Amino acid sequence: MLSMLRTIWTVFLHLFRRPVTVQYPEEKPYLPPRYRGRIILSRDPDGDERCVGCYLCSAACPVDCIALQAGEREDGRRYPEWFRINFSRCIFCGLCEEACPTYAIQLTPDFELCDFDRQSLVYEKKDLLIDGTGKYPGYNFYRVAGLAISGKDKGASENEDKPVDVKSLLP
Amino acid sequence: MQIVVVLGVLNAPLILAALLIWLERRFLALLQDRYGPNRVGPLGLGIVLADMIKIFTKEDWIPPFADRAVFILAPAVIVVTGLMSVAVIPITETIGVTDLNIGLLFFLAMSSMGVYSVVLAGWASNNKYALLGGLRASAQMVSYEVFMGLSLMGVVLLAGSFSLREIVEAQRDVWFIVPQFLGFAIFFIAGLAETHRLPFDLPEAEAELVAGFHSEYSGMKFGMFFVGEYVGVTVVSAMIVTLFFGGWMGPVLPGIVWFGLKLLFFILVFITLRASLPRPRFDQLMAFGWKVLLPLSLLNLVVTAGVLLLLKT
Repeated sequence: MLSMLRTIWTVFLHLFRRPVTVQYPEEKPYLPPRYRGRIILSRDPDGDERCVGCYLCSAACPVDCIALQAGEREDGRRYPEWFRINFSRCIFCGLCEEACPTYAIQLTPDFELCDFDRQSLVYEKKDLLIDGTGKYPGYNFYRVAGLAISGKDKGASENEDKPVDVKSLLP
Repeated sequence: MQIVVVLGVLNAPLILAALLIWLERRFLALLQDRYGPNRVGPLGLGIVLADMIKIFTKEDWIPPFADRAVFILAPAVIVVTGLMSVAVIPITETIGVTDLNIGLLFFLAMSSMGVYSVVLAGWASNNKYALLGGLRASAQMVSYEVFMGLSLMGVVLLAGSFSLREIVEAQRDVWFIVPQFLGFAIFFIAGLAETHRLPFDLPEAEAELVAGFHSEYSGMKFGMFFVGEYVGVTVVSAMIVTLFFGGWMGPVLPGIVWFGLKLLFFILVFITLRASLPRPRFDQLMAFGWKVLLPLSLLNLVVTAGVLLLLKT
């Protein structure tokens, strides 16, 4: 009996608490930077596309909503000729981001993706590609990878030694 | 003049019932650290209109397996009996539909009639959950009816009359809540069970019985049960105010304002109880009624009568 009265009193006191509701359209909720929302393709600090068209995101995607076609530029850099994400299928699991070896594909805290037309939820490369580096500002795949492209030979990457000439006997 | 009063008093509970939908949702939400409906119109009051439009335009479906005539009759009964009880409530010295010399008995009779609505709805739906709800309702309401009446006999003894107006007049010096606190507590619990509000909403018990006796109802027939429930809440609150809290009596402000404030307070108490208490098991409910509240109300009656006799001699 006493516990019931105490319960009623406790509930009554909650009348004077601030409601925890976030009044959404006017008041935006705080979302942490690593929130898994809309997917973007980022660029490296030099402004080139990070994506190297390895298809790992497409393979990792559990609902098969990512499709792309890899191509190669004249300087040897790979890039996606087209890149398509169907957001009406996407489950925002973030596995593509985990699979990506170049930090190209990233999930952002933007979740406001509603649309009246299903077709307009299919995002093409021009919709996905942003001008910034996203969550990893300094990273540039071709600067740290040992791959040779035009303008950067083997051994020219950051923290990379010159290649050993195996045909020479001198140490 | 009298016709205006009659129409006003009979329409007020219906308007109040519609507003109570909003009040209950907002107040319940605030008690649960939410806002409740606050989008439509100022303070979300437009939700009342929206709800009414919704419920009037919904498909009004009668299941083919239902007992048609009774199915239609049942929701009407609860509203009619609720409004009939409103007729005997004295709102101020001058406002009030009628002043029966057996007003209190009339109220008890009408609230007993309300049981038929729930039982018939459960029966006519021809659905096992509805029938279970109806069965529970009949058992619960019949048993709580007994000491609902008994708990009020103390008030009748003190006032020396069954007329509600005279009962209010008898509280000019001291409200009956003071000498009749036990009677008030019992009447309050019984009133809660009588209107089958939470925590005594076992006839509905949506966790176990889908929606209990109104599982099969839709559209405005379903709405009528809700109107009936809110009219019931209003009537029971008004009765508490009339019988134990001096009705329209109060300093400074006019009687109708005092009556309204007291009424609002008890309606809010009803909603607070809904927010805070869990639903008891059915056997607990019956045991509590027959083994605790009935002896207590009898004790209250005997002690009140004894004290009055002592004072008289």
